Amino acid sequence: MINGVGRFIPDNLDPFVSSDNFLTKERKLISKKNKQSKTVFLNNLTEVFDILNITSGMTFSFHHHLRNGDQVIQMVTNEIGRRNLQNIHLAPSSIFPNYTNLVDLIRNGNVTDIHTNYLNGPAAKLISEGYLRGKLVMNTHGGRARAIESGDLLIDVAFIACPVVDKNGNGHGSFGKSACGTLGYAVSDLEYAKKVVLVTDTVVEELKDYQLDGQYVDYVLVIDSIGERSGIVSGTTEITKDPIGLKIAKECANLLNFLGLIKNDFSMQTGAGKTSLAVVSFVEDIMKKNKIVGSFASGGITKSYVDMLENGLFKKLYDVQCFDLEAVASFAKNENHIAMSASEYGNPFEKNPICNKLDFVVLGATEIDLDFNVNVTTDSLGYLIGGSGGHADIAYGADVTIIISPLIKSRIPIIKEKVMTVTTPGSDVDILITERGIAINPLRKDLKEKLKGSSFPIFEIGELLELTHKITGVPKDIKSDEKVIGYIEYRDGTYLDCLRKVNYEY
Amino acid sequence: MFRSLLFIPGNNPSMLQNADVFSADAIIFDLEDAISINEKTNARNLVKNYLTTSSVLPKQVVLRVNAYGGNWFEKDIELLKTGKVDYLLIPKMDKLTMEGIDRFLNHYETTNHLPETKLIALIETSRGVLELPDFAQNKRLVALFLGAEDLTSDLEIKRSESGDEIFYARSKIIYTSAANHLVAIDTPYTNINSSEGLLKDCTYAMSIGMKAKACIHPNQLEIVNKVFSPSEDEIKWALAIIEIHETKPNVGAFQFQGKMIDKPIIDRAKKIVEKAKKFKLL
Amino acid sequence: MKGIAGSKESNDCLITIETSEKTKIEIQSIVGAFFYEQILKTIEDTLTENRIKNVLVKIEDRGALDYTIKSRLLTAIERMKEDV
Repeated sequence: MINGVGRFIPDNLDPFVSSDNFLTKERKLISKKNKQSKTVFLNNLTEVFDILNITSGMTFSFHHHLRNGDQVIQMVTNEIGRRNLQNIHLAPSSIFPNYTNLVDLIRNGNVTDIHTNYLNGPAAKLISEGYLRGKLVMNTHGGRARAIESGDLLIDVAFIACPVVDKNGNGHGSFGKSACGTLGYAVSDLEYAKKVVLVTDTVVEELKDYQLDGQYVDYVLVIDSIGERSGIVSGTTEITKDPIGLKIAKECANLLNFLGLIKNDFSMQTGAGKTSLAVVSFVEDIMKKNKIVGSFASGGITKSYVDMLENGLFKKLYDVQCFDLEAVASFAKNENHIAMSASEYGNPFEKNPICNKLDFVVLGATEIDLDFNVNVTTDSLGYLIGGSGGHADIAYGADVTIIISPLIKSRIPIIKEKVMTVTTPGSDVDILITERGIAINPLRKDLKEKLKGSSFPIFEIGELLELTHKITGVPKDIKSDEKVIGYIEYRDGTYLDCLRKVNYEY
Repeated sequence: MFRSLLFIPGNNPSMLQNADVFSADAIIFDLEDAISINEKTNARNLVKNYLTTSSVLPKQVVLRVNAYGGNWFEKDIELLKTGKVDYLLIPKMDKLTMEGIDRFLNHYETTNHLPETKLIALIETSRGVLELPDFAQNKRLVALFLGAEDLTSDLEIKRSESGDEIFYARSKIIYTSAANHLVAIDTPYTNINSSEGLLKDCTYAMSIGMKAKACIHPNQLEIVNKVFSPSEDEIKWALAIIEIHETKPNVGAFQFQGKMIDKPIIDRAKKIVEKAKKFKLL
Repeated sequence: MKGIAGSKESNDCLITIETSEKTKIEIQSIVGAFFYEQILKTIEDTLTENRIKNVLVKIEDRGALDYTIKSRLLTAIERMKEDV
């Protein structure tokens, strides 16, 4: 059948209706684990596998707070391969290029199904080419929390990398040699997985303050190192120097200001790309000039937000994961730098998730179409290169959702008639800002009205597409392979789009 | 009329395809110093095909051709036939060069049925500075552009942050421009990483009478445009004066905000408003 | 006889042209899935316009626009003619 964003979904799956359709539904919760025994400390992974009687067909979850520096997922998947377990279902919150073990495990059928919110690197390429024998399900950060708490995603064992653990099994992310800051993505796994193993390289007597409650922890595995801290840094800690990026960022900040969105007690979130960082810096300039103090910034937190918190420009930061080591340090010492779980961040059924309180968000896109649907999951050929993460969560939650992107990337137009993959429904995307013009979603008559008569270069999105085609030529339509390799699951658990095997080789 | 002119190397497709996006009042497509000897043809072909086929072009197109009398000049001039070049920027301008180019273009334009080509003179030799009064009246000229790097090399001196060494050249260009209704364009600020240095240099150049500045990086444009635009206060002041003047056009002088306003000041107000309109600041 | 022009920088292309028994065009492009036909047409048209036959043209394209491809090819042709 055809779903609410015009995409085909197999009849046995629940189709996406609209982004607010979840309001008509009840929250579904499985019961949290009630652990009877004491937390047991172990020293090697083999023992953990033996004691937990880990067998083929099980589901394991991980978080990605150590990002490209993570060694826990590598270690566990290594053991899966060594034991030649079959039909394993993995549910890491993200998959990074460094998780190279997955390649052979996928190829050999040890790992057959994957649930994740974001993936790139060699595993992503392999899956794009159709090597995963089961299915890939792509979630949002808030949606993953919902899937776990509702029992839609049942986890047999959660392996949670945890920088410091105390003798009672309580854990924290801010201390220890592998400190990575908040552990927001691990909270649902902790509370709802059948078995929970904290993996740590630092054990202390007692943590007064902890993020992970030992009452849910079955085992603590103590190893030499859970990861390389420097791998946390997402690689985009510097403001762009690209003049096109700067022009777009400046236009974005000016537009926000014109719309009156940079006012006292406002709240915002941005991506962590170089252009987003430029937006933050221009917004900061406007705040300083007009003596504005915002209520909060949220998201993956970077140094630029930490500086603004410390300079009194924001009252609070809500942080689901630290994007750099400055954010890690700030979270450890500043009480206004507050951790949030993925559920508190973006679960649609959470009572007041942070995403719903956002005044505006500034996000990227690999493609956007005439209906404003955004793709950040695949490139224009269909190769997996990312995923929603919080994209669809905050696009829904924020009052104004802005996409910033150059119109053309290496001759490929960013605006399409139809995006290759729908990650975020167009009804939640309000403004597109490019170097050659701005388009407003026709659904937002209020914004159009406000911008009438302004000096901003406002166009219909179709006009921008035409202009782009005049520059690049009209690109040929890409036909995907028929084979469905997975699905995009919307945050409410309905199905937004199918992922198909790529038809082209690079 | 310019505030900012941005140099783009003629052989750089990435820069070329975004030339229309940058906020420069004019783009200078460079076939001269930015292009190595081996790539002259390549760059000329690229700029030519860009100008003839690109669906998006900058507001004003300036072409910096190679020196008059050299190997490439006549081939570079062929780009006038695209009909897309608004101005030629002529390197190492002096009296003889001006005369030669004028003759050459008169002939070339007649043969090819082209309109009169407008020129910007790059003043970058000591001779060019000294001979300014001898060629500045040429009707093809719209602007004088100081090229301090080549000039100081000619003088065998170093460039400095304060620019004391080019004060004479700057002044002479400013005076000659004002006397001949030309735009005085200041030399680029070469440290692209220092926005403070750029701001200081621009502010100074503007204060002594430069009307525009060339840029060698797109990220310099914002500061240059800002400094060489009339400020909000200036525009308000100018509008108020013109309003009073228009209500009583026969009164030669009047008081405004405690100051005497007469013809030269009214003229200045008119220029400010004209500029503000041109650069869409009104 | 052989001529080379362009670069492998993004938005540019590297074109090699040499005399050959019959005309052959080899296209390697990061945007080939979208623009193969258009790149081919630009090259064919430019060869025809300049009455060039019996050449092997190789292009390594990094997302160059048509006018860039055409310009690089023209320069490569000029260089081929000078290459004796």
